[in-house]
Parts: sequence; C-alpha cells; structure tokens
Amino acid sequence: MNKKMAECEDTGVIDTIRCIVCPTGCEIDVIKEPDGEISFEGYSCNRGLEYAKQEFFAPKRILTTTIRVRNGFLPLVPVRVDKAILKEKLEDALQEIAVTEIEAPIKMGDVLIEDITGEDVNIIASRNLPKAED
Amino acid sequence: MNTYETDVAIIGGGAAGLAAAIEVKKANFEPLIIERARELGGILLQCIHAGFGLTEFNEELTGPEYAQRFINEVRKLGISYKTDTMVLEITPNRKVYAVNKNEGVIQISAKAVILAMGCRERTRGNINIPGFRPAGVFTAGQAQRFVNIEGYLPGKSIVILGSGDIGMIMARRLTWEGCKVNAVVEILPFVSGLIRNQVQCLEDYNIPLITGFTVTKIHGKDRLKGVTVSKVDRNFDRIVGTERFFECDALLLSVGLIPENELTRQMGAEMTKMGGPAVDNNLETSIEGVFACGNVLQVHDLVDLVSAESKRAGNNAVEYIKSRYKKELKKVSKIHCTAGENVNYVKPDYINASDLNKQVIFTFRVKQPDRRVQIQIKDEANKVLYKRKKRYVIPSEMVELKLNLENLEINPTCSELTIDVIPKPEPLIDEEEDE
Repeated sequence: MNKKMAECEDTGVIDTIRCIVCPTGCEIDVIKEPDGEISFEGYSCNRGLEYAKQEFFAPKRILTTTIRVRNGFLPLVPVRVDKAILKEKLEDALQEIAVTEIEAPIKMGDVLIEDITGEDVNIIASRNLPKAED
Repeated sequence: MNTYETDVAIIGGGAAGLAAAIEVKKANFEPLIIERARELGGILLQCIHAGFGLTEFNEELTGPEYAQRFINEVRKLGISYKTDTMVLEITPNRKVYAVNKNEGVIQISAKAVILAMGCRERTRGNINIPGFRPAGVFTAGQAQRFVNIEGYLPGKSIVILGSGDIGMIMARRLTWEGCKVNAVVEILPFVSGLIRNQVQCLEDYNIPLITGFTVTKIHGKDRLKGVTVSKVDRNFDRIVGTERFFECDALLLSVGLIPENELTRQMGAEMTKMGGPAVDNNLETSIEGVFACGNVLQVHDLVDLVSAESKRAGNNAVEYIKSRYKKELKKVSKIHCTAGENVNYVKPDYINASDLNKQVIFTFRVKQPDRRVQIQIKDEANKVLYKRKKRYVIPSEMVELKLNLENLEINPTCSELTIDVIPKPEPLIDEEEDE
C-alpha cells in the first residue's frame, strides 16, 4: 500500500508514521519531492529513521498464533514465524495455518510449516507439547 | 498426611518461581516448587505473542518459549516440583499445607519460603459495571486462555475495555482469529500500553480506540447484546448525554492486575497499600525467612525483570539459610523507604541499617507521565543524597535504580528515605551568563 503511495502523483507529505522504537513516539512525515525522491522528517534518532524507512517501504510483523494438534496434551500448540514476515502476507499465512493440523508430540523449535509464503519464513512451535495421557 | 522437608518451598511455578528455584538449586540447596495448575509456566504459557526475553536472553521470544527455557533448566537440574497442587496455608514458622488429588493434604516443612504467586485480573465486580449479568463478559486474560490454550473464541463481535498491553494484544489476536473488534475503550485520556502495541495491534487493523470513555451499561439478558459507553469527567464520573452504543457478543475487561496475596495476608505479613507485602532490601517480608518476588510483590511490565528479581530472592533465601536460620536474631534497625512527589510506590519498603555497604535495587512507578525530570532520594532532614536526570517517565513503565548505598553516604541514624520525581530544575539565567 505504501509503495503505491510512493508511486502516486501527489507530492509533499504523503504519509505519517508513528515511531515505535521508544515511548517518545515521534510522528515521522514521509515526504515526496517533485522529482519523486522520498525523504523523512520528524524523527529524533537514527533508529527512528531506519524504522520509518522499513515501515514505509516494506513493513514487517512477527506473526504468533496457534495450530490445531491431534492427540496432544492440549488441543493447540502456540507457534511463531522464525523471522518477521511482510505485513501484506499475514492474511495468507493465517489462512494456511487455519487449515493445518499437527500430530503430537511436538518440541519447541520444530518446523511445523515450511516456507509458508514463499519468503523463506517457517512456522515453528513455541513450546513442547507431549502426547495426551491415556 | 504425607510430610516433606525441603530447604526452600517456592509457592508458584510461573516466571518468578522458576527463576528463584533455579538459583536455589545452583547454590546446592533443595527447592520444591508447588504449582496449582496442571503444568509449570504460569501466565507465560498463554502469552503467545513475542516481546519477551530481550534482556534475559538477548533475543525476542514468545511467552511459551521463555517459559520452556526455564522449564528445561528446571528439568535438567532435577528440581522437584508438584503440579495440580494448591497451597492452603503457610504458617509463620514456614510449614506449608497444600492439597492435591493424589495425596490429599500434605505438609512441607521448609527452612525458607519464597512467595511467587503472581497476580490476578481485576473483574467486572472490581470496577462496578451495573446491569444484568449475561454470558459474554470476560476478563482479557481469561479470553486469552480460551483462545490460545483451550481453543475457544469468547465471541465473534468484540468490545475491549482497557488499552493496556493485554487489551490491545487481544484485539489483534481476535482479529487474526476472524472476530470483529468494534472498539477498544479507555477511561484515561491516553492509551495505557506501549505505542508499539497501539500501532501494531490497533492501527494496523483500523480498530477504533476511544479514550476518555468507559462502559456504563451492559445490554442483553442471557447473552451480551451490546454495551453503552459514556465519556467521563476528571473524577471518572460519566457525563450524561455522551452515550454511544456498540453492538457486541463479548466484552473483554483489561482493567488492571491485583497481586494475589491471600496466603501472605493469612500469614500475618505486613502489607502495603498497593496490595503486595512490605519487603526489605533482601526481598524478605516482615516474617523471617519468607521472601517475595515477581508480580505477587509488585506488578511488573516485563517478565525479564520478574526473572531478575526472583533470582535475587532465590539467592537471598539461600543466604538466609546459611547465615541466620535457627540463630538468635539481632534486632537490626530499618530505614523506611517512602514514595514522595509523583511516585506511586517504592520497593523495597525497608533497608536494613546493617546493609548500608551493599547494592540495593529500588523499583518504583510514577503517578503522572512527565518529561525531562530529576529523580532524587532524600533523607528525613530533606538532604538530597542522590539525583539523576531522566528523559521521560510514564506510569506504565517501572523505573529501576541500582545503587551502591555506600556512595549515598547515608547518615547511620537515618530513619527514612524518600524518592521524588520532580521537574528538572532549570538553571537560572544569571548563572548561565556568569559562565
């Protein structure tokens, strides 16, 4: 979405990003010059600038959710991505996870879904989950 | 009745109890963890989001991963624990009575006790929302447990009261599970959780955040049908004429945490107005040999700080057994630590006058957010013993001061230390011209 903004005709402040690096919460303006150059204003540290660039051009998120478990001590296992995933791919990943079921036992760090959205991001287990006791 | 003997009985197998037990065992003393749930790990097990471990492990872990690392260590060290076991009573001479379905009532005699029971959520009753009691009103943590562990949704159409981190994280979690979150309502004029969560949990999904409002009516008799929210004035009284209606079949309350101290109170330990026991600089309560750490002592923002505090409690319990257990106690005078200007509470509550050569970790929270402040410690004669600057303070962020008491040059007859957070004094213009 932000990329589209960068390609749009408007110039001047085309987006505002609230920095999450520290509790100061700077509002960083994304500015498009008439020649198409993108610049950032309103950050008060370098980490803020880096965050704004990432958030504008390719925002990423850590996805954490659960997957259904067969024959487990619990009905669900908590899972996470092993590295941040593009925000625009979250929905696809969640849909895939929703139709997945895993057989217990499971160990923390087990890869449960490999390369979920074609960006080399795996879904891994967040805990050990033994088999159900009989 | 089965009876046990141990060096340190640890009440609670969550973040605090696990860290304390590991320290005790590493010092070659025997800990015994007593946990009422079916497995170790505590609340971390249902906090499946990331953001834990940045200081403890130098990486960003989910709650279950953070817990698993400690549980793995507990297993590796061969630490004893009892799950599904509920402590009923602790006596001041450190006998712990507990019950479980295999043994019935058991008695554990311990040389030291570490209280690590954590905290629980405030409920609808605590905040007095009037009206019928239909199904569909949950605390946020309860809903979190349903969704993340048991595999149930609390509803499909959600309103959340409270913009603390748990409230906002649940808004995103339920959105990801296909629910519609209609609003997050906050009684304060500002969001109470981290900006990070406001951006990534609410703004990412266009979930409306309504500040300065609270829930004033519950609609529906058998099942929740909706809530009325009203704007509040400075005294948090509702303003008539500002009502707004939100349809929903579940209301989640994320309205604060209360340290769970029934056992502590029953023992007769001195309590503070914040709900936790009063402790000295060794995290020892007013009852000899009984220590407290983690959220039962003070509600922390970060589990990493719980682990650090609990390790200290574990070490101090070991020191107690080595040096003071079964010995005649010398009466040591205590310096009272109190909350001054814009400070809500201070831990520890006391410093032993015999420990003035030691390092002490003060933790406290401010009442009001402020920028560019001076933190100062003064004695009862208003002499400032310590000061430092800080860029910002907010109530939701606990402040930690690690100080070598020797450097403070505390008068040996001192009876009270007060911590203030005051606006940073501006240098006088005249002074600046002189330079």
